[in-house]
Amino acid sequence: MSGDDVGIIGAGIQPFGRHPGVTGLQMAVAAARAALADAGVSWPEIDFAAGGSDAAGNADTSVAMLGLTGVPFVNVRNGCATGGSALTMAHAMLRAGSADLALVVGFDKHPPGAFNPDPEDWGLGRWYGETGLMLTTQFFAMKIQRYMSEQGISSATLAEVAAKAFRNGALNPNAWRRKPLTATEILASKMISHPLTQFMFCSPGEGAAALVLARGARLRGSSRPPVLLRSVALRTRSFGSFEVFSPSIAIESAPSPTAVAAAAAFEAAGIGPTDVDLAQVQDTESGAEVMHLAETGLCQHGEQEKLIASGATEIGGRLPVNTDGGCLANGEPIGASGLRQVHEVVLQLRGEAGARQVPGRPRVAFTHVYGAPGVSACAVLSR
Amino acid sequence: MNGDSVTPITEGLFTVADGLVRLIGSQCADCGTIAFPRQFSCPKCTSVEVTERLLARRGTLWSWTIQCFPPKSPPYAVDDADTFEPYGVGYVELPGEVRVEARLTEADPDRLRIGMPMELTLVPAPGGAGGGCQGGRPPVASTARGVVTYAFQPVEAEWGTEQ
Repeated sequence: MSGDDVGIIGAGIQPFGRHPGVTGLQMAVAAARAALADAGVSWPEIDFAAGGSDAAGNADTSVAMLGLTGVPFVNVRNGCATGGSALTMAHAMLRAGSADLALVVGFDKHPPGAFNPDPEDWGLGRWYGETGLMLTTQFFAMKIQRYMSEQGISSATLAEVAAKAFRNGALNPNAWRRKPLTATEILASKMISHPLTQFMFCSPGEGAAALVLARGARLRGSSRPPVLLRSVALRTRSFGSFEVFSPSIAIESAPSPTAVAAAAAFEAAGIGPTDVDLAQVQDTESGAEVMHLAETGLCQHGEQEKLIASGATEIGGRLPVNTDGGCLANGEPIGASGLRQVHEVVLQLRGEAGARQVPGRPRVAFTHVYGAPGVSACAVLSR
Repeated sequence: MNGDSVTPITEGLFTVADGLVRLIGSQCADCGTIAFPRQFSCPKCTSVEVTERLLARRGTLWSWTIQCFPPKSPPYAVDDADTFEPYGVGYVELPGEVRVEARLTEADPDRLRIGMPMELTLVPAPGGAGGGCQGGRPPVASTARGVVTYAFQPVEAEWGTEQ
Protein backbone atom coordinates (compact mmCIF):
# COMPACT_ATOMS: atom_id res chain seq x y z
CA MET A 1 0.00 0.00 0.00
CA SER A 2 1.43 3.38 -0.99
CA GLY A 3 0.54 6.91 -0.01
CA ASP A 4 -1.46 7.45 -3.20
CA ASP A 5 -3.64 4.41 -2.65
CA VAL A 6 -7.40 4.70 -2.35
CA GLY A 7 -9.25 1.83 -0.79
CA ILE A 8 -12.74 0.71 0.14
CA ILE A 9 -13.07 0.20 3.88
CA GLY A 10 -16.83 -0.16 4.19
CA ALA A 11 -19.64 -1.63 2.09
CA GLY A 12 -23.38 -1.65 2.72
CA ILE A 13 -26.41 -2.78 0.77
CA GLN A 14 -30.18 -2.92 1.05
CA PRO A 15 -31.85 -6.01 -0.42
CA PHE A 16 -32.85 -5.54 -4.06
CA GLY A 17 -36.44 -6.22 -5.07
CA ARG A 18 -39.68 -4.49 -4.13
CA HIS A 19 -40.17 -2.63 -0.86
CA PRO A 20 -43.69 -1.16 -0.64
CA GLY A 21 -43.89 1.81 1.67
CA VAL A 22 -40.12 2.36 1.79
CA THR A 23 -38.76 5.32 -0.18
CA GLY A 24 -35.62 5.21 -2.25
CA LEU A 25 -34.01 7.76 0.06
CA GLN A 26 -34.77 5.60 3.09
CA MET A 27 -33.04 2.70 1.35
CA ALA A 28 -30.09 4.96 0.55
CA VAL A 29 -29.75 6.03 4.20
CA ALA A 30 -29.93 2.41 5.38
CA ALA A 31 -27.21 1.38 2.90
CA ALA A 32 -25.05 4.36 3.91
CA ARG A 33 -25.39 3.48 7.61
CA ALA A 34 -24.50 -0.14 6.85
CA ALA A 35 -21.38 0.96 4.95
CA LEU A 36 -20.36 3.34 7.76
CA ALA A 37 -20.86 0.61 10.38
CA ASP A 38 -18.87 -1.85 8.27
CA ALA A 39 -16.04 0.69 8.05
CA GLY A 40 -16.23 1.61 11.72
CA VAL A 41 -16.57 5.26 10.67
CA SER A 42 -19.10 7.81 11.91
CA TRP A 43 -20.98 10.05 9.48
CA PRO A 44 -19.45 13.32 10.78
CA GLU A 45 -16.00 11.98 9.83
CA ILE A 46 -16.98 11.79 6.13
CA ASP A 47 -15.49 14.78 4.31
CA PHE A 48 -16.81 14.12 0.79
CA ALA A 49 -19.93 12.39 -0.51
CA ALA A 50 -21.42 11.68 -3.93
CA GLY A 51 -24.35 9.66 -5.08
CA GLY A 52 -27.57 9.55 -6.96
CA SER A 53 -30.65 7.91 -8.32
CA ASP A 54 -32.43 8.11 -11.64
CA ALA A 55 -35.97 8.24 -10.33
CA ALA A 56 -35.95 8.29 -6.52
CA GLY A 57 -34.74 11.74 -5.63
CA ASN A 58 -31.60 13.70 -4.84
CA ALA A 59 -28.96 11.78 -2.90
CA ASP A 60 -27.84 14.81 -0.90
CA THR A 61 -31.23 15.14 0.77
CA SER A 62 -30.21 12.05 2.75
CA VAL A 63 -28.23 14.39 5.01
CA ALA A 64 -31.55 15.26 6.66
CA MET A 65 -31.56 11.69 8.01
CA LEU A 66 -27.82 11.01 8.23
CA GLY A 67 -27.03 14.31 9.95
CA LEU A 68 -26.45 17.91 8.90
CA THR A 69 -22.67 18.00 9.04
CA GLY A 70 -22.03 20.44 6.19
CA VAL A 71 -20.26 17.76 4.15
CA PRO A 72 -19.72 18.57 0.45
CA PHE A 73 -22.19 16.22 -1.29
CA VAL A 74 -22.55 16.00 -5.09
CA ASN A 75 -25.69 14.61 -6.73
CA VAL A 76 -25.03 12.35 -9.70
CA ARG A 77 -27.53 11.43 -12.38
CA ASN A 78 -25.71 9.54 -15.09
CA GLY A 79 -28.06 6.79 -16.21
CA CYS A 80 -26.92 3.26 -15.44
CA ALA A 81 -23.42 4.65 -14.83
CA THR A 82 -24.61 6.74 -11.87
CA GLY A 83 -22.87 4.57 -9.27
CA GLY A 84 -19.68 4.32 -11.31
CA SER A 85 -19.69 8.08 -11.84
CA ALA A 86 -20.04 8.73 -8.09
CA LEU A 87 -17.17 6.32 -7.49
CA THR A 88 -15.06 8.14 -10.09
CA MET A 89 -15.55 11.47 -8.33
CA ALA A 90 -14.84 10.12 -4.86
CA HIS A 91 -11.69 8.40 -6.15
CA ALA A 92 -10.50 11.63 -7.76
CA MET A 93 -11.18 13.71 -4.64
CA LEU A 94 -9.24 11.27 -2.47
CA ARG A 95 -6.37 10.99 -4.95
CA ALA A 96 -6.17 14.78 -5.08
CA GLY A 97 -5.91 14.92 -1.32
CA SER A 98 -9.09 16.96 -1.13
CA ALA A 99 -10.72 14.45 1.19
CA ASP A 100 -9.67 11.58 3.46
CA LEU A 101 -12.92 9.68 3.90
CA ALA A 102 -15.64 9.59 1.26
CA LEU A 103 -19.07 8.03 1.05
CA VAL A 104 -20.72 7.04 -2.23
CA VAL A 105 -24.32 5.92 -2.42
CA GLY A 106 -26.58 4.75 -5.24
CA PHE A 107 -30.26 3.94 -4.98
CA ASP A 108 -33.48 3.76 -6.98
CA LYS A 109 -37.10 2.78 -6.97
CA HIS A 110 -38.87 2.10 -10.28
CA PRO A 111 -42.43 0.95 -10.99
CA PRO A 112 -42.90 -2.44 -12.70
CA GLY A 113 -42.45 -2.69 -16.46
CA ALA A 114 -40.02 -1.29 -18.99
CA PHE A 115 -38.58 2.19 -18.50
CA ASN A 116 -40.47 5.01 -20.23
CA PRO A 117 -38.06 7.91 -20.58
CA ASP A 118 -39.12 11.26 -22.00
CA PRO A 119 -37.46 11.71 -25.41
CA GLU A 120 -36.94 15.42 -24.81
CA ASP A 121 -34.80 14.62 -21.74
CA TRP A 122 -32.47 12.81 -24.15
CA GLY A 123 -32.27 15.47 -26.84
CA LEU A 124 -34.74 13.67 -29.11
CA GLY A 125 -38.02 14.77 -30.66
CA ARG A 126 -41.31 13.58 -29.22
CA TRP A 127 -41.90 11.60 -32.43
CA TYR A 128 -39.18 9.14 -31.36
CA GLY A 129 -41.21 8.07 -28.35
CA GLU A 130 -44.62 8.42 -29.98
CA THR A 131 -43.69 6.01 -32.77
CA GLY A 132 -42.44 3.36 -30.35
CA LEU A 133 -38.66 3.61 -30.77
CA MET A 134 -37.76 4.91 -27.28
CA LEU A 135 -37.07 1.54 -25.63
CA THR A 136 -33.79 0.32 -24.15
CA THR A 137 -35.01 -3.24 -24.74
CA GLN A 138 -35.06 -2.67 -28.51
CA PHE A 139 -31.49 -1.41 -28.50
CA PHE A 140 -30.12 -4.39 -26.60
CA ALA A 141 -32.09 -6.76 -28.84
CA MET A 142 -30.77 -5.20 -32.04
CA LYS A 143 -27.21 -5.03 -30.71
CA ILE A 144 -27.11 -8.72 -29.77
CA GLN A 145 -28.99 -9.70 -32.94
CA ARG A 146 -26.25 -8.14 -35.05
CA TYR A 147 -23.53 -9.51 -32.76
CA MET A 148 -24.90 -13.07 -32.95
CA SER A 149 -24.80 -12.98 -36.74
CA GLU A 150 -21.24 -11.63 -36.78
CA GLN A 151 -19.73 -13.71 -33.98
CA GLY A 152 -21.67 -16.97 -34.08
CA ILE A 153 -23.35 -16.66 -30.70
CA SER A 154 -26.41 -18.91 -30.20
CA SER A 155 -29.69 -18.38 -28.37
CA ALA A 156 -28.66 -21.31 -26.16
CA THR A 157 -25.73 -19.23 -24.90
CA LEU A 158 -28.05 -16.33 -24.09
CA ALA A 159 -30.17 -18.73 -22.04
CA GLU A 160 -27.10 -20.15 -20.25
CA VAL A 161 -26.07 -16.66 -19.16
CA ALA A 162 -29.49 -16.07 -17.60
CA ALA A 163 -29.53 -19.54 -15.99
CA LYS A 164 -26.16 -18.78 -14.35
CA ALA A 165 -27.46 -15.45 -13.07
CA PHE A 166 -30.45 -17.07 -11.38
CA ARG A 167 -28.26 -19.87 -9.95
CA ASN A 168 -25.97 -17.24 -8.43
CA GLY A 169 -28.92 -15.17 -7.28
CA ALA A 170 -30.26 -18.17 -5.39
CA LEU A 171 -27.05 -18.07 -3.29
CA ASN A 172 -27.33 -14.34 -2.56
CA PRO A 173 -29.63 -13.34 0.32
CA ASN A 174 -29.84 -9.75 -1.05
CA ALA A 175 -30.93 -10.79 -4.57
CA TRP A 176 -34.46 -10.31 -5.88
CA ARG A 177 -34.82 -13.37 -8.15
CA ARG A 178 -33.70 -16.32 -6.07
CA LYS A 179 -35.35 -19.20 -7.93
CA PRO A 180 -33.09 -21.09 -10.32
CA LEU A 181 -34.45 -21.48 -13.87
CA THR A 182 -33.22 -23.92 -16.50
CA ALA A 183 -31.99 -22.78 -19.91
CA THR A 184 -35.00 -24.57 -21.41
CA GLU A 185 -37.41 -22.58 -19.22
CA ILE A 186 -35.62 -19.34 -20.12
CA LEU A 187 -35.77 -20.04 -23.87
CA ALA A 188 -39.46 -20.98 -23.60
CA SER A 189 -40.47 -17.84 -21.70
CA LYS A 190 -42.41 -15.09 -23.47
CA MET A 191 -40.61 -13.36 -26.35
CA ILE A 192 -39.97 -9.72 -25.41
CA SER A 193 -37.85 -8.42 -28.26
CA HIS A 194 -36.26 -10.94 -30.64
CA PRO A 195 -33.99 -12.75 -29.86
CA LEU A 196 -34.47 -11.98 -26.15
CA THR A 197 -37.12 -13.64 -24.01
CA GLN A 198 -38.62 -12.46 -20.72
CA PHE A 199 -36.13 -14.20 -18.44
CA MET A 200 -33.16 -12.96 -20.48
CA PHE A 201 -34.04 -9.40 -19.40
CA CYS A 202 -33.59 -7.81 -16.01
CA SER A 203 -36.51 -5.90 -14.53
CA PRO A 204 -36.50 -2.34 -13.22
CA GLY A 205 -36.64 -2.67 -9.43
CA GLU A 206 -35.58 -1.16 -6.13
CA GLY A 207 -32.45 -1.19 -4.01
CA ALA A 208 -29.49 0.75 -2.63
CA ALA A 209 -25.77 0.27 -2.10
CA ALA A 210 -23.08 2.41 -0.46
CA LEU A 211 -19.33 2.36 0.06
CA VAL A 212 -16.86 4.16 2.31
CA LEU A 213 -13.57 5.06 0.62
CA ALA A 214 -10.40 6.11 2.41
CA ARG A 215 -6.84 7.23 1.73
CA GLY A 216 -3.66 7.68 3.70
CA ALA A 217 -3.78 7.03 7.43
CA ARG A 218 -7.51 6.36 7.35
CA LEU A 219 -6.92 3.56 4.85
CA ARG A 220 -3.84 2.12 6.56
CA GLY A 221 -5.53 2.30 9.95
CA SER A 222 -8.73 0.56 8.89
CA SER A 223 -9.66 -2.53 10.84
CA ARG A 224 -11.32 -4.08 7.77
CA PRO A 225 -9.43 -6.20 5.23
CA PRO A 226 -8.16 -3.60 2.74
CA VAL A 227 -9.59 -3.61 -0.79
CA LEU A 228 -7.75 -1.18 -3.04
CA LEU A 229 -9.55 0.74 -5.75
CA ARG A 230 -6.69 0.50 -8.23
CA SER A 231 -8.42 2.57 -10.91
CA VAL A 232 -11.77 3.80 -12.13
CA ALA A 233 -12.47 5.22 -15.59
CA LEU A 234 -15.57 6.92 -16.96
CA ARG A 235 -16.22 7.52 -20.67
CA THR A 236 -19.03 8.68 -22.94
CA ARG A 237 -19.59 7.56 -26.51
CA SER A 238 -17.34 8.24 -29.46
CA PHE A 239 -18.49 8.96 -33.00
CA GLY A 240 -19.24 5.64 -34.67
CA SER A 241 -20.22 3.53 -31.66
CA PHE A 242 -23.69 1.93 -31.56
CA GLU A 243 -25.59 3.33 -28.61
CA VAL A 244 -29.03 3.27 -27.05
CA PHE A 245 -31.56 5.92 -28.18
CA SER A 246 -29.88 6.55 -31.56
CA PRO A 247 -32.20 7.49 -34.45
CA SER A 248 -29.18 6.90 -36.66
CA ILE A 249 -25.69 5.48 -36.34
CA ALA A 250 -22.62 6.06 -38.44
CA ILE A 251 -21.51 3.42 -40.91
CA GLU A 252 -17.92 3.76 -39.75
CA SER A 253 -17.47 2.03 -36.42
CA ALA A 254 -15.65 3.04 -33.26
CA PRO A 255 -14.96 1.23 -29.97
CA SER A 256 -17.82 1.42 -27.48
CA PRO A 257 -17.54 3.56 -24.34
CA THR A 258 -17.26 0.24 -22.51
CA ALA A 259 -14.17 -0.73 -24.52
CA VAL A 260 -12.54 2.67 -24.06
CA ALA A 261 -13.31 2.90 -20.32
CA ALA A 262 -12.13 -0.67 -19.68
CA ALA A 263 -8.84 -0.13 -21.52
CA ALA A 264 -8.27 3.11 -19.59
CA ALA A 265 -9.03 1.42 -16.26
CA PHE A 266 -6.67 -1.47 -16.93
CA GLU A 267 -3.91 0.88 -18.09
CA ALA A 268 -4.26 3.13 -15.04
CA ALA A 269 -4.20 0.11 -12.73
CA GLY A 270 -1.20 -1.47 -14.39
CA ILE A 271 -3.20 -4.69 -14.40
CA GLY A 272 -4.37 -6.56 -17.49
CA PRO A 273 -7.61 -8.40 -18.23
CA THR A 274 -5.83 -11.75 -17.91
CA ASP A 275 -5.01 -10.92 -14.27
CA VAL A 276 -8.69 -10.62 -13.33
CA ASP A 277 -9.97 -13.30 -10.95
CA LEU A 278 -13.64 -12.28 -11.02
CA ALA A 279 -15.74 -9.70 -12.84
CA GLN A 280 -19.07 -7.91 -12.63
CA VAL A 281 -20.26 -6.72 -16.05
CA GLN A 282 -23.50 -4.99 -16.95
CA ASP A 283 -26.08 -7.67 -17.76
CA THR A 284 -29.28 -5.72 -18.25
CA GLU A 285 -30.04 -8.62 -20.57
CA SER A 286 -28.07 -11.78 -21.15
CA GLY A 287 -26.69 -10.63 -24.51
CA ALA A 288 -25.16 -7.61 -22.77
CA GLU A 289 -23.06 -9.89 -20.57
CA VAL A 290 -21.87 -11.79 -23.66
CA MET A 291 -20.88 -8.62 -25.53
CA HIS A 292 -19.45 -6.78 -22.54
CA LEU A 293 -17.14 -9.69 -21.72
CA ALA A 294 -15.36 -9.09 -25.02
CA GLU A 295 -15.68 -5.28 -25.09
CA THR A 296 -13.97 -5.08 -21.70
CA GLY A 297 -11.14 -7.29 -22.94
CA LEU A 298 -11.93 -10.16 -20.58
CA CYS A 299 -12.22 -12.47 -23.61
CA GLN A 300 -11.98 -12.31 -27.39
CA HIS A 301 -14.96 -11.49 -29.62
CA GLY A 302 -16.58 -14.76 -30.65
CA GLU A 303 -14.91 -16.70 -27.85
CA GLN A 304 -17.97 -16.40 -25.58
CA GLU A 305 -19.85 -19.34 -27.09
CA LYS A 306 -17.19 -21.83 -25.96
CA LEU A 307 -16.16 -19.90 -22.85
CA ILE A 308 -19.67 -19.91 -21.39
CA ALA A 309 -20.38 -23.53 -22.40
CA SER A 310 -17.15 -24.57 -20.63
CA GLY A 311 -18.39 -23.18 -17.31
CA ALA A 312 -15.54 -20.65 -17.13
CA THR A 313 -17.88 -17.86 -16.01
CA GLU A 314 -19.46 -19.88 -13.18
CA ILE A 315 -18.51 -19.23 -9.55
CA GLY A 316 -16.10 -22.19 -9.64
CA GLY A 317 -14.78 -21.37 -13.11
CA ARG A 318 -11.68 -19.64 -14.41
CA LEU A 319 -13.38 -16.22 -14.65
CA PRO A 320 -16.48 -16.01 -12.45
CA VAL A 321 -18.85 -13.33 -13.80
CA ASN A 322 -21.72 -11.63 -11.94
CA THR A 323 -21.32 -13.79 -8.87
CA ASP A 324 -24.18 -12.06 -7.04
CA GLY A 325 -26.63 -12.78 -9.88
CA GLY A 326 -26.03 -9.47 -11.67
CA CYS A 327 -28.86 -7.28 -12.89
CA LEU A 328 -30.72 -10.36 -14.11
CA ALA A 329 -31.21 -11.72 -10.57
CA ASN A 330 -31.04 -8.42 -8.67
CA GLY A 331 -33.14 -6.27 -10.99
CA GLU A 332 -32.10 -2.84 -12.19
CA PRO A 333 -32.56 0.07 -9.81
CA ILE A 334 -30.57 2.35 -12.13
CA GLY A 335 -28.72 4.40 -9.52
CA ALA A 336 -27.88 1.41 -7.33
CA SER A 337 -26.54 -1.24 -9.70
CA GLY A 338 -23.05 0.12 -10.24
CA LEU A 339 -22.27 0.21 -6.51
CA ARG A 340 -23.97 -3.19 -6.00
CA GLN A 341 -21.30 -4.56 -8.33
CA VAL A 342 -18.49 -3.02 -6.30
CA HIS A 343 -20.12 -4.13 -3.04
CA GLU A 344 -20.09 -7.69 -4.37
CA VAL A 345 -16.42 -7.70 -5.35
CA VAL A 346 -15.45 -6.15 -2.01
CA LEU A 347 -17.11 -9.10 -0.25
CA GLN A 348 -15.46 -11.55 -2.65
CA LEU A 349 -11.97 -10.07 -2.21
CA ARG A 350 -12.41 -10.10 1.57
CA GLY A 351 -13.58 -13.72 1.46
CA GLU A 352 -16.93 -12.74 2.99
CA ALA A 353 -19.28 -13.76 0.15
CA GLY A 354 -20.73 -16.77 1.94
CA ALA A 355 -22.38 -19.48 -0.17
CA ARG A 356 -21.32 -17.74 -3.39
CA GLN A 357 -17.69 -17.15 -2.39
CA VAL A 358 -15.30 -17.63 -5.30
CA PRO A 359 -12.79 -20.30 -4.25
CA GLY A 360 -9.01 -19.86 -4.32
CA ARG A 361 -8.78 -16.50 -2.55
CA PRO A 362 -9.36 -14.16 -5.55
CA ARG A 363 -6.98 -11.20 -5.66
CA VAL A 364 -8.08 -8.97 -8.58
CA ALA A 365 -11.63 -7.94 -9.52
CA PHE A 366 -13.16 -5.84 -12.29
CA THR A 367 -16.49 -4.02 -12.49
CA HIS A 368 -18.27 -2.50 -15.48
CA VAL A 369 -21.47 -0.52 -16.00
CA TYR A 370 -23.04 0.76 -19.21
CA GLY A 371 -25.91 3.20 -19.51
CA ALA A 372 -27.90 5.44 -21.79
CA PRO A 373 -27.14 7.28 -23.98
CA GLY A 374 -23.68 5.68 -24.18
CA VAL A 375 -21.73 6.01 -20.94
CA SER A 376 -19.59 3.44 -19.16
CA ALA A 377 -17.60 3.27 -15.94
CA CYS A 378 -15.09 0.52 -15.19
CA ALA A 379 -13.07 -0.17 -12.06
CA VAL A 380 -10.17 -2.44 -11.13
CA LEU A 381 -9.88 -3.55 -7.50
CA SER A 382 -7.45 -5.78 -5.66
CA ARG A 383 -6.71 -6.93 -2.17
CA MET B 1 -48.70 7.00 -51.29
CA ASN B 2 -49.63 10.58 -52.02
CA GLY B 3 -47.86 12.63 -49.40
CA ASP B 4 -50.17 15.61 -49.92
CA SER B 5 -53.07 13.88 -48.19
CA VAL B 6 -51.25 13.05 -45.00
CA THR B 7 -49.83 14.84 -41.99
CA PRO B 8 -46.25 14.04 -40.95
CA ILE B 9 -45.78 13.11 -37.31
CA THR B 10 -43.38 16.03 -37.06
CA GLU B 11 -41.96 18.61 -39.43
CA GLY B 12 -38.46 18.21 -40.76
CA LEU B 13 -38.20 14.42 -40.45
CA PHE B 14 -39.19 13.45 -43.99
CA THR B 15 -40.62 15.02 -47.12
CA VAL B 16 -42.37 13.86 -50.24
CA ALA B 17 -40.65 14.84 -53.48
CA ASP B 18 -41.93 13.77 -56.90
CA GLY B 19 -44.35 11.44 -55.17
CA LEU B 20 -41.58 9.67 -53.28
CA VAL B 21 -40.94 9.93 -49.55
CA ARG B 22 -37.41 10.98 -48.58
CA LEU B 23 -35.81 11.23 -45.13
CA ILE B 24 -34.31 14.62 -44.30
CA GLY B 25 -30.77 14.23 -43.01
CA SER B 26 -27.80 16.51 -42.94
CA GLN B 27 -24.24 16.52 -44.22
CA CYS B 28 -21.15 18.20 -42.86
CA ALA B 29 -19.56 20.57 -45.38
CA ASP B 30 -16.13 20.01 -43.82
CA CYS B 31 -15.85 16.25 -43.36
CA GLY B 32 -18.85 14.90 -45.28
CA THR B 33 -20.40 13.04 -42.34
CA ILE B 34 -24.10 12.35 -42.82
CA ALA B 35 -26.56 12.23 -39.93
CA PHE B 36 -30.28 11.70 -39.34
CA PRO B 37 -32.44 13.48 -38.28
CA ARG B 38 -31.05 16.77 -39.54
CA GLN B 39 -28.30 18.07 -37.25
CA PHE B 40 -26.94 21.59 -36.93
CA SER B 41 -23.42 20.58 -35.99
CA CYS B 42 -21.31 17.64 -37.06
CA PRO B 43 -21.19 14.75 -34.56
CA LYS B 44 -17.80 13.72 -35.92
CA CYS B 45 -15.71 16.85 -36.50
CA THR B 46 -17.82 19.39 -34.51
CA SER B 47 -18.15 21.75 -37.51
CA VAL B 48 -21.29 23.87 -37.65
CA GLU B 49 -21.11 24.05 -41.46
CA VAL B 50 -23.86 21.49 -41.89
CA THR B 51 -26.47 21.46 -44.64
CA GLU B 52 -29.67 19.58 -45.28
CA ARG B 53 -29.50 16.46 -47.42
CA LEU B 54 -32.22 14.08 -48.60
CA LEU B 55 -31.21 10.49 -47.92
CA ALA B 56 -31.33 7.45 -50.16
CA ARG B 57 -34.64 5.59 -50.24
CA ARG B 58 -33.16 2.11 -50.33
CA GLY B 59 -30.70 0.21 -48.22
CA THR B 60 -30.13 -3.08 -46.44
CA LEU B 61 -31.32 -4.31 -43.07
CA TRP B 62 -28.40 -3.99 -40.61
CA SER B 63 -30.19 -5.35 -37.55
CA TRP B 64 -33.76 -5.83 -36.38
CA THR B 65 -36.06 -6.91 -33.58
CA ILE B 66 -39.77 -7.26 -32.97
CA GLN B 67 -41.37 -5.07 -30.30
CA CYS B 68 -43.61 -7.68 -28.68
CA PHE B 69 -45.07 -5.71 -25.76
CA PRO B 70 -46.93 -2.40 -25.80
CA PRO B 71 -44.54 0.43 -24.90
CA LYS B 72 -45.65 2.63 -22.03
CA SER B 73 -47.58 5.77 -22.88
CA PRO B 74 -46.18 8.37 -22.65
CA PRO B 75 -43.94 8.47 -24.56
CA TYR B 76 -45.75 5.99 -26.87
CA ALA B 77 -48.72 7.54 -28.63
CA VAL B 78 -51.08 4.63 -28.01
CA ASP B 79 -52.24 3.54 -24.58
CA ASP B 80 -54.43 0.55 -25.32
CA ALA B 81 -52.81 -2.82 -24.66
CA ASP B 82 -55.90 -4.62 -25.99
CA THR B 83 -55.35 -3.47 -29.56
CA PHE B 84 -51.56 -3.73 -29.56
CA GLU B 85 -49.95 -5.57 -32.45
CA PRO B 86 -46.23 -6.38 -32.34
CA TYR B 87 -44.17 -4.33 -34.77
CA GLY B 88 -40.75 -4.64 -36.32
CA VAL B 89 -37.92 -2.20 -35.62
CA GLY B 90 -34.58 -2.10 -37.38
CA TYR B 91 -31.57 -0.19 -38.55
CA VAL B 92 -31.34 0.15 -42.32
CA GLU B 93 -27.96 0.93 -43.80
CA LEU B 94 -28.23 3.48 -46.59
CA PRO B 95 -25.08 2.77 -48.62
CA GLY B 96 -22.39 5.39 -48.12
CA GLU B 97 -24.67 7.51 -45.94
CA VAL B 98 -25.84 6.37 -42.51
CA ARG B 99 -27.77 3.63 -40.69
CA VAL B 100 -31.29 4.81 -39.90
CA GLU B 101 -33.49 3.44 -37.12
CA ALA B 102 -37.06 2.86 -38.21
CA ARG B 103 -40.23 0.93 -37.74
CA LEU B 104 -40.52 -1.91 -40.22
CA THR B 105 -43.68 -2.87 -42.05
CA GLU B 106 -42.81 -6.50 -41.42
CA ALA B 107 -43.39 -7.99 -37.95
CA ASP B 108 -42.87 -11.67 -38.77
CA PRO B 109 -39.40 -12.68 -37.51
CA ASP B 110 -39.23 -15.42 -40.13
CA ARG B 111 -39.46 -12.83 -42.89
CA LEU B 112 -36.67 -10.58 -41.65
CA ARG B 113 -32.99 -11.22 -42.14
CA ILE B 114 -29.88 -9.11 -41.83
CA GLY B 115 -28.75 -7.89 -45.24
CA MET B 116 -32.14 -7.96 -46.96
CA PRO B 117 -32.99 -5.01 -49.23
CA MET B 118 -35.35 -2.43 -47.73
CA GLU B 119 -37.17 0.60 -49.07
CA LEU B 120 -38.57 3.69 -47.39
CA THR B 121 -42.34 4.14 -47.10
CA LEU B 122 -44.91 5.90 -44.95
CA VAL B 123 -47.18 4.19 -42.44
CA PRO B 124 -49.94 5.46 -40.20
CA ALA B 125 -48.32 6.75 -37.02
CA PRO B 126 -49.36 5.03 -33.80
CA GLY B 127 -52.44 6.78 -32.50
CA GLY B 128 -52.54 9.02 -35.54
CA ALA B 129 -54.78 7.12 -37.96
CA GLY B 130 -57.36 5.48 -35.78
CA GLY B 131 -55.27 2.67 -34.47
CA GLY B 132 -51.68 1.77 -33.75
CA CYS B 133 -49.38 -0.43 -35.63
CA GLN B 134 -50.41 -2.17 -38.81
CA GLY B 135 -48.50 -5.27 -37.80
CA GLY B 136 -47.09 -7.19 -40.77
CA ARG B 137 -49.49 -5.63 -43.25
CA PRO B 138 -48.29 -2.92 -45.60
CA PRO B 139 -50.04 0.40 -45.14
CA VAL B 140 -53.20 0.95 -47.15
CA ALA B 141 -53.48 4.39 -48.69
CA SER B 142 -57.07 4.84 -47.62
CA THR B 143 -56.17 4.39 -43.97
CA ALA B 144 -53.39 6.90 -44.15
CA ARG B 145 -55.38 10.12 -44.30
CA GLY B 146 -54.13 10.94 -40.84
CA VAL B 147 -50.77 11.28 -39.18
CA VAL B 148 -47.99 9.28 -40.79
CA THR B 149 -44.42 8.36 -39.96
CA TYR B 150 -41.63 6.79 -41.95
CA ALA B 151 -40.91 3.08 -42.04
CA PHE B 152 -38.93 0.63 -44.12
CA GLN B 153 -40.46 -2.28 -46.00
CA PRO B 154 -38.78 -5.32 -47.53
CA VAL B 155 -38.12 -4.65 -51.21
CA GLU B 156 -38.81 -8.27 -52.20
CA ALA B 157 -42.48 -7.87 -51.39
CA GLU B 158 -43.03 -5.54 -54.32
CA TRP B 159 -39.92 -5.68 -56.40
CA GLY B 160 -39.08 -9.36 -56.61
CA THR B 161 -35.34 -9.94 -56.73
CA GLU B 162 -34.43 -6.43 -57.82
CA GLN B 163 -31.27 -5.02 -56.17
